[in-house]
Amino acid sequence: MASTEEIRSGLAEIVNEIAGVPAADVQLDKSFTEDLDIDSLSMVEVVVAAEEKFDVKIPDDEVKNLATVGDAVAYIEKARA
Amino acid sequence: MSTPIVNPPMGRASRILGVGGYRPARSVPNEEILKNIDSSDEWIRTRSGIESRRWASEDETVVAMSLEASGKALAHAGITPDQIGCVIVATVTHLYQTPSAAAEIAHKLGTNRAAAFDISAACAGFCYGVALGSDMVRSGTADHVLVVGVERLSDLTDHYDRSTAFLFADGAGAAVVGPADEPGIGPVVWGSDGQHLKLIGQRQEWREALYHEDGPQLPALIMEGNAVFRWASYEMANTAKQALEAAGIAAEDIDVFVPHQANDRITTAMARALKLPDHVVVAHDIRQQGNTSAASIPLALERLIETGEASSGQLALLIGFGAGLVYGAQVVRIP
Repeated sequence: MASTEEIRSGLAEIVNEIAGVPAADVQLDKSFTEDLDIDSLSMVEVVVAAEEKFDVKIPDDEVKNLATVGDAVAYIEKARA
Repeated sequence: MSTPIVNPPMGRASRILGVGGYRPARSVPNEEILKNIDSSDEWIRTRSGIESRRWASEDETVVAMSLEASGKALAHAGITPDQIGCVIVATVTHLYQTPSAAAEIAHKLGTNRAAAFDISAACAGFCYGVALGSDMVRSGTADHVLVVGVERLSDLTDHYDRSTAFLFADGAGAAVVGPADEPGIGPVVWGSDGQHLKLIGQRQEWREALYHEDGPQLPALIMEGNAVFRWASYEMANTAKQALEAAGIAAEDIDVFVPHQANDRITTAMARALKLPDHVVVAHDIRQQGNTSAASIPLALERLIETGEASSGQLALLIGFGAGLVYGAQVVRIP
Protein backbone atom coordinates (compact mmCIF):
# COMPACT_ATOMS: atom_id res chain seq x y z
CA MET A 1 0.00 0.00 0.00
CA ALA A 2 1.55 3.28 -1.08
CA SER A 3 1.75 6.10 1.43
CA THR A 4 0.44 9.61 0.84
CA GLU A 5 4.01 10.74 0.27
CA GLU A 6 4.67 7.97 -2.23
CA ILE A 7 1.58 8.93 -4.22
CA ARG A 8 2.49 12.63 -4.07
CA SER A 9 5.99 11.95 -5.31
CA GLY A 10 4.73 9.62 -8.06
CA LEU A 11 2.30 12.32 -9.17
CA ALA A 12 5.10 14.90 -9.05
CA GLU A 13 7.14 12.77 -11.48
CA ILE A 14 4.18 12.65 -13.87
CA VAL A 15 3.58 16.41 -13.66
CA ASN A 16 7.26 17.01 -14.26
CA GLU A 17 7.31 14.76 -17.31
CA ILE A 18 4.16 16.17 -18.90
CA ALA A 19 4.34 19.86 -18.01
CA GLY A 20 8.00 20.38 -17.14
CA VAL A 21 7.13 21.63 -13.64
CA PRO A 22 9.99 20.91 -11.12
CA ALA A 23 8.88 17.86 -9.12
CA ALA A 24 9.77 19.61 -5.84
CA ASP A 25 7.08 22.26 -6.55
CA VAL A 26 4.32 19.63 -6.69
CA GLN A 27 3.21 19.83 -3.05
CA LEU A 28 -0.17 18.91 -1.54
CA ASP A 29 -1.37 22.51 -1.12
CA LYS A 30 -0.58 23.54 -4.69
CA SER A 31 -3.37 24.23 -7.19
CA PHE A 32 -2.80 22.57 -10.58
CA THR A 33 -4.01 25.57 -12.56
CA GLU A 34 -3.13 28.53 -10.30
CA ASP A 35 0.24 27.46 -8.89
CA LEU A 36 1.58 24.88 -11.34
CA ASP A 37 0.16 26.39 -14.54
CA ILE A 38 -1.28 23.07 -15.73
CA ASP A 39 -3.97 23.72 -18.33
CA SER A 40 -7.06 21.54 -18.78
CA LEU A 41 -5.55 19.43 -21.55
CA SER A 42 -2.31 18.79 -19.65
CA MET A 43 -4.51 17.88 -16.69
CA VAL A 44 -6.13 15.17 -18.84
CA GLU A 45 -2.66 13.86 -19.69
CA VAL A 46 -1.67 13.88 -16.02
CA VAL A 47 -4.85 12.00 -15.10
CA VAL A 48 -4.35 9.33 -17.77
CA ALA A 49 -0.73 8.82 -16.68
CA ALA A 50 -1.83 8.64 -13.03
CA GLU A 51 -4.48 6.04 -13.87
CA GLU A 52 -1.80 3.88 -15.41
CA LYS A 53 0.77 4.41 -12.67
CA PHE A 54 -1.57 3.86 -9.72
CA ASP A 55 -3.97 1.42 -11.39
CA VAL A 56 -7.09 3.51 -10.66
CA LYS A 57 -9.93 4.99 -12.73
CA ILE A 58 -10.43 8.75 -12.66
CA PRO A 59 -13.54 9.57 -14.73
CA ASP A 60 -13.85 12.86 -16.69
CA ASP A 61 -16.53 14.09 -14.27
CA GLU A 62 -14.12 13.76 -11.33
CA VAL A 63 -11.23 15.59 -12.93
CA LYS A 64 -12.78 19.02 -12.44
CA ASN A 65 -13.01 18.36 -8.67
CA LEU A 66 -9.27 17.78 -8.42
CA ALA A 67 -8.18 21.38 -7.87
CA THR A 68 -5.06 20.75 -5.81
CA VAL A 69 -2.35 18.12 -5.73
CA GLY A 70 -3.78 17.11 -2.33
CA ASP A 71 -7.23 16.54 -3.91
CA ALA A 72 -5.69 14.24 -6.51
CA VAL A 73 -3.60 12.33 -3.96
CA ALA A 74 -6.66 11.86 -1.72
CA TYR A 75 -8.75 10.64 -4.65
CA ILE A 76 -6.07 8.13 -5.67
CA GLU A 77 -5.68 6.91 -2.07
CA LYS A 78 -9.44 6.41 -1.77
CA ALA A 79 -9.69 4.70 -5.16
CA ARG A 80 -6.92 2.27 -4.19
CA ALA A 81 -8.37 1.48 -0.77
CA MET B 1 -27.53 -25.43 -62.49
CA SER B 2 -28.50 -22.02 -63.86
CA THR B 3 -26.07 -19.84 -65.85
CA PRO B 4 -23.23 -18.65 -63.58
CA ILE B 5 -22.71 -14.95 -62.92
CA VAL B 6 -19.46 -13.66 -64.42
CA ASN B 7 -17.26 -11.78 -61.98
CA PRO B 8 -13.59 -10.83 -62.35
CA PRO B 9 -11.14 -12.50 -59.94
CA MET B 10 -10.20 -10.61 -56.77
CA GLY B 11 -6.70 -10.01 -55.56
CA ARG B 12 -5.27 -7.00 -57.35
CA ALA B 13 -3.16 -4.61 -55.22
CA SER B 14 -4.05 -0.95 -54.74
CA ARG B 15 -2.24 2.24 -53.84
CA ILE B 16 -2.68 6.00 -53.70
CA LEU B 17 -1.48 7.34 -57.04
CA GLY B 18 -1.82 11.06 -56.39
CA VAL B 19 -2.97 13.66 -53.88
CA GLY B 20 -4.05 17.28 -54.21
CA GLY B 21 -5.44 19.99 -52.01
CA TYR B 22 -7.24 23.30 -52.10
CA ARG B 23 -6.78 25.90 -49.36
CA PRO B 24 -9.19 28.86 -49.40
CA ALA B 25 -7.55 32.18 -50.30
CA ARG B 26 -8.42 33.99 -47.08
CA SER B 27 -6.23 33.35 -44.06
CA VAL B 28 -7.91 34.36 -40.80
CA PRO B 29 -5.56 35.22 -37.91
CA ASN B 30 -6.44 34.62 -34.27
CA GLU B 31 -6.93 38.39 -33.80
CA GLU B 32 -10.03 38.24 -36.02
CA ILE B 33 -11.53 35.36 -34.01
CA LEU B 34 -10.95 37.32 -30.79
CA LYS B 35 -13.44 39.99 -31.89
CA ASN B 36 -16.22 37.53 -31.01
CA ILE B 37 -14.89 35.51 -28.08
CA ASP B 38 -13.30 36.26 -24.72
CA SER B 39 -9.95 34.54 -25.20
CA SER B 40 -6.40 35.38 -26.24
CA ASP B 41 -3.94 34.59 -29.00
CA GLU B 42 -1.76 32.85 -26.42
CA TRP B 43 -4.67 30.71 -25.14
CA ILE B 44 -5.62 29.61 -28.66
CA ARG B 45 -2.02 28.78 -29.59
CA THR B 46 -1.28 26.84 -26.42
CA ARG B 47 -4.60 24.91 -26.41
CA SER B 48 -4.70 24.06 -30.12
CA GLY B 49 -1.49 25.09 -31.88
CA ILE B 50 -3.53 27.22 -34.28
CA GLU B 51 -1.97 30.50 -35.44
CA SER B 52 -4.34 31.12 -38.35
CA ARG B 53 -6.91 29.21 -40.37
CA ARG B 54 -8.46 29.42 -43.85
CA TRP B 55 -12.09 30.33 -44.37
CA ALA B 56 -13.84 29.96 -47.71
CA SER B 57 -15.53 32.83 -49.53
CA GLU B 58 -18.99 32.55 -51.14
CA ASP B 59 -17.37 31.33 -54.38
CA GLU B 60 -15.24 28.70 -52.70
CA THR B 61 -18.07 26.21 -52.42
CA VAL B 62 -17.77 22.57 -51.38
CA VAL B 63 -17.91 21.56 -55.05
CA ALA B 64 -15.57 24.34 -56.30
CA MET B 65 -12.90 23.50 -53.71
CA SER B 66 -13.27 19.78 -54.46
CA LEU B 67 -12.79 20.32 -58.19
CA GLU B 68 -9.55 22.24 -57.57
CA ALA B 69 -8.18 19.58 -55.22
CA SER B 70 -9.29 16.75 -57.53
CA GLY B 71 -7.66 18.33 -60.58
CA LYS B 72 -4.34 18.43 -58.72
CA ALA B 73 -4.72 14.84 -57.50
CA LEU B 74 -5.47 13.59 -61.02
CA ALA B 75 -2.46 15.47 -62.42
CA HIS B 76 -0.26 14.01 -59.68
CA ALA B 77 -1.59 10.52 -60.46
CA GLY B 78 -1.09 11.07 -64.19
CA ILE B 79 -4.60 10.01 -65.12
CA THR B 80 -7.50 11.68 -66.90
CA PRO B 81 -11.04 12.17 -65.54
CA ASP B 82 -12.51 9.53 -67.87
CA GLN B 83 -10.42 6.88 -66.08
CA ILE B 84 -12.22 7.52 -62.78
CA GLY B 85 -14.75 4.78 -62.04
CA CYS B 86 -16.10 6.10 -58.77
CA VAL B 87 -16.11 9.37 -56.84
CA ILE B 88 -16.41 9.22 -53.05
CA VAL B 89 -16.85 12.49 -51.19
CA ALA B 90 -16.43 12.61 -47.42
CA THR B 91 -18.06 15.70 -45.94
CA VAL B 92 -20.47 16.89 -43.27
CA THR B 93 -20.83 20.42 -44.63
CA HIS B 94 -22.32 19.98 -48.09
CA LEU B 95 -25.58 21.59 -47.07
CA TYR B 96 -27.71 19.64 -49.52
CA GLN B 97 -29.13 16.48 -48.04
CA THR B 98 -29.55 15.45 -51.68
CA PRO B 99 -28.28 15.30 -54.40
CA SER B 100 -24.75 14.39 -53.38
CA ALA B 101 -21.69 16.56 -53.87
CA ALA B 102 -20.03 13.53 -55.45
CA ALA B 103 -22.47 13.39 -58.39
CA GLU B 104 -21.91 17.07 -59.18
CA ILE B 105 -18.14 16.70 -58.86
CA ALA B 106 -18.08 13.58 -61.06
CA HIS B 107 -19.96 15.48 -63.76
CA LYS B 108 -18.06 18.78 -63.57
CA LEU B 109 -14.72 17.01 -63.45
CA GLY B 110 -15.55 15.33 -66.77
CA THR B 111 -15.68 11.71 -65.67
CA ASN B 112 -17.50 9.27 -67.92
CA ARG B 113 -20.56 8.93 -65.68
CA ALA B 114 -18.52 7.60 -62.76
CA ALA B 115 -20.40 6.12 -59.81
CA ALA B 116 -20.65 8.80 -57.13
CA PHE B 117 -21.75 9.09 -53.52
CA ASP B 118 -21.08 11.04 -50.33
CA ILE B 119 -20.18 9.48 -47.01
CA SER B 120 -20.82 10.86 -43.52
CA ALA B 121 -17.91 9.81 -41.35
CA ALA B 122 -16.90 13.25 -40.05
CA CYS B 123 -13.17 13.62 -39.44
CA ALA B 124 -12.61 9.92 -40.21
CA GLY B 125 -14.18 10.41 -43.66
CA PHE B 126 -10.97 10.47 -45.67
CA CYS B 127 -9.63 7.24 -44.15
CA TYR B 128 -13.04 5.61 -44.65
CA GLY B 129 -13.01 6.74 -48.29
CA VAL B 130 -9.50 5.41 -48.91
CA ALA B 131 -10.55 2.07 -47.40
CA LEU B 132 -13.61 1.86 -49.66
CA GLY B 133 -11.65 2.98 -52.71
CA SER B 134 -8.90 0.47 -52.03
CA ASP B 135 -11.39 -2.39 -51.76
CA MET B 136 -13.10 -1.28 -54.97
CA VAL B 137 -9.81 -1.31 -56.87
CA ARG B 138 -8.74 -4.64 -55.36
CA SER B 139 -12.03 -6.29 -56.21
CA GLY B 140 -12.25 -4.80 -59.70
CA THR B 141 -15.37 -2.73 -59.00
CA ALA B 142 -13.46 0.30 -60.26
CA ASP B 143 -10.02 0.85 -61.78
CA HIS B 144 -9.52 4.30 -60.28
CA VAL B 145 -11.40 5.84 -57.39
CA LEU B 146 -11.32 9.53 -56.54
CA VAL B 147 -11.61 10.13 -52.79
CA VAL B 148 -12.34 13.70 -51.71
CA GLY B 149 -12.43 15.11 -48.18
CA VAL B 150 -13.99 18.57 -48.16
CA GLU B 151 -15.49 20.90 -45.58
CA ARG B 152 -16.80 24.41 -45.08
CA LEU B 153 -16.93 24.08 -41.30
CA SER B 154 -17.04 27.89 -40.94
CA ASP B 155 -20.67 27.67 -42.12
CA LEU B 156 -21.59 25.50 -39.13
CA THR B 157 -19.41 27.24 -36.55
CA ASP B 158 -20.87 29.23 -33.67
CA HIS B 159 -18.49 32.18 -33.94
CA TYR B 160 -19.34 33.20 -30.37
CA ASP B 161 -18.55 29.80 -28.80
CA ARG B 162 -15.11 30.19 -27.24
CA SER B 163 -14.48 26.44 -27.28
CA THR B 164 -14.91 25.99 -31.05
CA ALA B 165 -14.82 29.42 -32.79
CA PHE B 166 -11.04 29.33 -33.19
CA LEU B 167 -10.90 25.68 -34.23
CA PHE B 168 -12.93 24.96 -37.34
CA ALA B 169 -11.88 25.81 -40.87
CA ASP B 170 -12.42 25.13 -44.56
CA GLY B 171 -10.63 23.32 -47.38
CA ALA B 172 -10.53 20.29 -49.67
CA GLY B 173 -8.14 17.41 -50.21
CA ALA B 174 -8.30 14.59 -52.74
CA ALA B 175 -6.56 11.33 -53.53
CA VAL B 176 -6.68 8.97 -56.51
CA VAL B 177 -6.65 5.28 -55.57
CA GLY B 178 -5.69 2.91 -58.36
CA PRO B 179 -4.17 -0.49 -59.17
CA ALA B 180 -0.59 -1.33 -58.17
CA ASP B 181 1.99 -4.11 -58.52
CA GLU B 182 2.61 -4.20 -54.77
CA PRO B 183 0.12 -3.37 -51.97
CA GLY B 184 0.35 0.36 -51.21
CA ILE B 185 -2.59 0.61 -48.81
CA GLY B 186 -2.64 -1.47 -45.63
CA PRO B 187 -5.78 -2.96 -44.08
CA VAL B 188 -8.02 -0.36 -42.50
CA VAL B 189 -8.58 -0.59 -38.75
CA TRP B 190 -11.86 1.19 -38.23
CA GLY B 191 -14.91 1.31 -36.06
CA SER B 192 -17.40 3.39 -34.15
CA ASP B 193 -17.93 4.13 -30.47
CA GLY B 194 -21.51 5.36 -30.26
CA GLN B 195 -21.50 5.65 -26.47
CA HIS B 196 -19.75 8.98 -27.16
CA LEU B 197 -22.40 10.18 -29.62
CA LYS B 198 -22.84 13.50 -27.84
CA LEU B 199 -19.18 14.53 -27.55
CA ILE B 200 -19.12 16.13 -31.03
CA GLY B 201 -21.97 17.01 -33.33
CA GLN B 202 -24.63 19.49 -34.39
CA ARG B 203 -26.25 21.42 -31.57
CA GLN B 204 -29.66 20.43 -32.91
CA GLU B 205 -31.21 18.82 -35.98
CA TRP B 206 -32.08 20.97 -39.00
CA ARG B 207 -35.80 21.41 -38.28
CA GLU B 208 -35.15 22.55 -34.74
CA ALA B 209 -32.54 25.01 -36.02
CA LEU B 210 -34.69 26.42 -38.80
CA TYR B 211 -37.81 26.82 -36.66
CA HIS B 212 -35.92 28.04 -33.59
CA GLU B 213 -37.87 30.42 -31.33
CA ASP B 214 -35.14 33.05 -31.79
CA GLY B 215 -35.43 32.78 -35.57
CA PRO B 216 -33.84 30.47 -38.13
CA GLN B 217 -30.21 29.51 -37.54
CA LEU B 218 -27.69 26.99 -38.83
CA PRO B 219 -27.14 24.03 -36.51
CA ALA B 220 -23.67 24.82 -35.19
CA LEU B 221 -21.14 22.14 -34.28
CA ILE B 222 -20.49 21.67 -30.59
CA MET B 223 -17.81 19.67 -28.86
CA GLU B 224 -16.74 18.60 -25.37
CA GLY B 225 -13.07 19.36 -25.85
CA ASN B 226 -11.49 17.70 -22.82
CA ALA B 227 -13.38 14.43 -23.20
CA VAL B 228 -12.56 14.32 -26.92
CA PHE B 229 -8.92 15.06 -26.11
CA ARG B 230 -8.74 12.10 -23.76
CA TRP B 231 -10.45 9.71 -26.15
CA ALA B 232 -8.48 10.86 -29.19
CA SER B 233 -5.05 11.00 -27.58
CA TYR B 234 -5.10 7.58 -25.95
CA GLU B 235 -7.73 5.30 -27.52
CA MET B 236 -6.74 6.47 -30.98
CA ALA B 237 -3.08 5.78 -30.31
CA ASN B 238 -4.15 2.15 -29.80
CA THR B 239 -6.08 2.17 -33.07
CA ALA B 240 -3.01 3.56 -34.85
CA LYS B 241 -0.89 0.77 -33.33
CA GLN B 242 -3.38 -1.80 -34.60
CA ALA B 243 -3.17 -0.32 -38.11
CA LEU B 244 0.61 -0.73 -38.02
CA GLU B 245 0.25 -4.35 -36.86
CA ALA B 246 -2.39 -5.09 -39.51
CA ALA B 247 -0.01 -3.87 -42.21
CA GLY B 248 2.95 -5.72 -40.72
CA ILE B 249 4.86 -2.48 -40.21
CA ALA B 250 6.89 -1.57 -37.10
CA ALA B 251 6.75 1.98 -35.68
CA GLU B 252 10.46 2.39 -36.65
CA ASP B 253 9.60 1.70 -40.29
CA ILE B 254 7.13 4.57 -40.55
CA ASP B 255 8.46 7.73 -42.23
CA VAL B 256 5.50 10.04 -41.78
CA PHE B 257 2.63 10.29 -39.29
CA VAL B 258 -0.42 12.13 -40.58
CA PRO B 259 -3.22 12.12 -38.00
CA HIS B 260 -6.41 14.09 -38.57
CA GLN B 261 -5.49 17.67 -37.71
CA ALA B 262 -7.97 17.95 -34.85
CA ASN B 263 -5.78 19.82 -32.40
CA ASP B 264 -2.00 20.02 -32.25
CA ARG B 265 -2.09 18.91 -28.61
CA ILE B 266 -3.86 15.69 -29.64
CA THR B 267 -1.25 15.10 -32.34
CA THR B 268 1.58 15.56 -29.84
CA ALA B 269 -0.04 13.39 -27.14
CA MET B 270 -0.80 10.66 -29.69
CA ALA B 271 2.75 10.70 -31.10
CA ARG B 272 4.05 10.40 -27.52
CA ALA B 273 1.68 7.51 -26.73
CA LEU B 274 2.74 5.76 -29.97
CA LYS B 275 6.42 6.14 -29.00
CA LEU B 276 7.28 7.15 -32.55
CA PRO B 277 11.02 7.34 -33.19
CA ASP B 278 12.53 10.81 -33.74
CA HIS B 279 13.01 10.32 -37.48
CA VAL B 280 9.26 10.14 -38.08
CA VAL B 281 7.93 13.36 -39.62
CA VAL B 282 4.72 14.41 -37.85
CA ALA B 283 2.14 16.59 -39.65
CA HIS B 284 1.32 19.90 -37.96
CA ASP B 285 -0.68 21.44 -40.80
CA ILE B 286 -3.32 22.63 -38.32
CA ARG B 287 -1.11 25.55 -37.25
CA GLN B 288 -1.87 27.56 -40.40
CA GLN B 289 -4.94 25.66 -41.53
CA GLY B 290 -7.21 25.02 -38.54
CA ASN B 291 -9.27 21.85 -38.18
CA THR B 292 -10.76 21.00 -41.59
CA SER B 293 -12.32 17.66 -40.60
CA ALA B 294 -12.41 15.27 -43.59
CA ALA B 295 -10.04 17.49 -45.58
CA SER B 296 -7.26 17.66 -43.01
CA ILE B 297 -5.35 14.43 -43.76
CA PRO B 298 -5.01 14.86 -47.54
CA LEU B 299 -4.20 18.57 -47.06
CA ALA B 300 -1.50 17.75 -44.51
CA LEU B 301 -0.11 14.97 -46.70
CA GLU B 302 -0.01 17.25 -49.74
CA ARG B 303 1.84 19.91 -47.75
CA LEU B 304 4.49 17.43 -46.55
CA ILE B 305 5.06 16.24 -50.14
CA GLU B 306 5.27 19.84 -51.42
CA THR B 307 7.78 20.89 -48.77
CA GLY B 308 9.88 17.79 -49.37
CA GLU B 309 9.41 16.55 -45.80
CA ALA B 310 7.77 13.44 -47.24
CA SER B 311 8.73 11.78 -50.49
CA SER B 312 7.38 9.24 -52.92
CA GLY B 313 7.68 5.63 -51.78
CA GLN B 314 7.81 6.42 -48.06
CA LEU B 315 5.36 4.89 -45.59
CA ALA B 316 2.76 7.08 -43.91
CA LEU B 317 0.47 6.21 -41.03
CA LEU B 318 -2.93 7.90 -41.43
CA ILE B 319 -5.61 8.10 -38.76
CA GLY B 320 -8.93 9.92 -38.79
CA PHE B 321 -11.33 10.21 -35.85
CA GLY B 322 -14.35 12.34 -35.08
CA ALA B 323 -18.06 12.76 -34.48
CA GLY B 324 -19.86 9.50 -33.83
CA LEU B 325 -17.39 8.80 -32.50
CA VAL B 326 -15.96 7.04 -35.55
CA TYR B 327 -12.39 6.24 -36.47
CA GLY B 328 -10.25 4.69 -39.18
CA ALA B 329 -6.52 4.19 -39.67
CA GLN B 330 -4.26 2.66 -42.30
CA VAL B 331 -0.66 2.62 -43.50
CA VAL B 332 -0.16 3.91 -47.04
CA ARG B 333 2.78 4.33 -49.37
CA ILE B 334 3.22 7.98 -50.38
CA PRO B 335 2.63 8.56 -54.11
